[in-house]
Amino acid sequence: MSATKASRIGEETRIDKVNAELVTLTYGTIVAQLCQDYDNDYQEVNKQLEKMGYNIGMRLIEDFLAKSGVGRCANFRETADMIAKVGFKIFLNVAPTVTNWASDNNQFSLIFEDNPLADFVELPDDGRAQDELWFSNILCGVLRGALEMVNFASPFPVQMQIEAHFVSDVLRGDDTTEMRVSLVRYIEDEMPPEEE
Amino acid sequence: MAAPPRHVSMLSISNSNTGAPQSASSDKPQTPQPSPSPQPTSGLRVPSNRKTIYDRHLNRSRNAELSRASFAYLFAEMVTYAQRRVTGIQDLEKRLNEQGYPLGLRLLDLLFYRSTSTSSSALSSSSTSSSPPNRPLRILPLLHLIHGPLWRLLFQRSADALEHSVSPDTPNEYMITDNDPLVNTYISVPREMNMLNCAAFIAGIIEGVCDGCGFEAKVSAHNQPTEMWPSRTVFLLRFGDSVMEREKVLERNGVK
Repeated sequence: MSATKASRIGEETRIDKVNAELVTLTYGTIVAQLCQDYDNDYQEVNKQLEKMGYNIGMRLIEDFLAKSGVGRCANFRETADMIAKVGFKIFLNVAPTVTNWASDNNQFSLIFEDNPLADFVELPDDGRAQDELWFSNILCGVLRGALEMVNFASPFPVQMQIEAHFVSDVLRGDDTTEMRVSLVRYIEDEMPPEEE
Repeated sequence: MAAPPRHVSMLSISNSNTGAPQSASSDKPQTPQPSPSPQPTSGLRVPSNRKTIYDRHLNRSRNAELSRASFAYLFAEMVTYAQRRVTGIQDLEKRLNEQGYPLGLRLLDLLFYRSTSTSSSALSSSSTSSSPPNRPLRILPLLHLIHGPLWRLLFQRSADALEHSVSPDTPNEYMITDNDPLVNTYISVPREMNMLNCAAFIAGIIEGVCDGCGFEAKVSAHNQPTEMWPSRTVFLLRFGDSVMEREKVLERNGVK
């Protein structure tokens, strides 16, 4: 499936909406609560956010497949487009750019022009948060959980184990917000048809 | 008339930015935080392309919408997480309330900011001392602010009812009803926890708004299902004695 077709699906999928600020602020209070509970141990907060995201991802994938009605991806490149143009579009109303492919086609970056989770946000000025906290780390977990559960939906015969982490964030003073996504392995023996 | 301590401790950090929920981590008095430096320049790094909250118009996301599912996922994770750290229903509701509270304080700023900016442009006739004070001084205007603008900001509709306690013993109690609270749409409460109402989060937001306005109050969420509205929720607002005393003084002086 082409990237343009993917963006069309992302644009056209109808979904119930809520006020974006309610989502943003709710997420903000979750992160703030974690920072408080873990005494501003930001490494631990990152970890907890990733876990929360994983829980969400596992449930979100069915919703994603039901809403978008997309079929099986032929390769990881298509998966990347599907994540960026359909998944993020449906659930976060943004479509990050897919770029910086590794030569083996198993690693790419998502560049976020906009990130609704981080609207209204300024990290604490404590000399550490900007170096240690990945505010939107929940998204990494969502991707990991969703791709691991892909199998439960019939059009996707394969589960994917992936690893995702942020490498830059405008909240930290970087010029871009970039997430690096790597395919670790396909969990089932059966490999999808690879073209490359 | 003194604002409760919870609010005072918030003020010192909420003036640096309007909505950064991040700073909410320091709203509890028992965890002393270094107060922000008085000089305007902070030690934070900013992107060279000026993608900071200060360069972003506060109204940009005013009419923005996001997936309702995303909200439901986040809220469910928030409740699940809170549940792991509490022992009982009351504890859980208290925690949810505490998570909503800082949002209330910030939403209040946002509401005022937006209501003045629209009214000053719409009513250009009021040339003398523009932006009239719209901060509620009496309980009723405050309740209307919550019932109307706050609810519309959060849920795109007004709340369903606003009532005053009929009991002469509790003149300080008011009720705001939501027939079908958005936050509970995707929450199914187990039978043994049937007292739980996760809209305690919204109660916390309301409490934040009241406190932020200088109306000390306790707000709680209660299940009041009807046949037609199974998840109907009543938010009970109990104003403090100081608020009720001031109310009497203001009434005598004819302040509306």
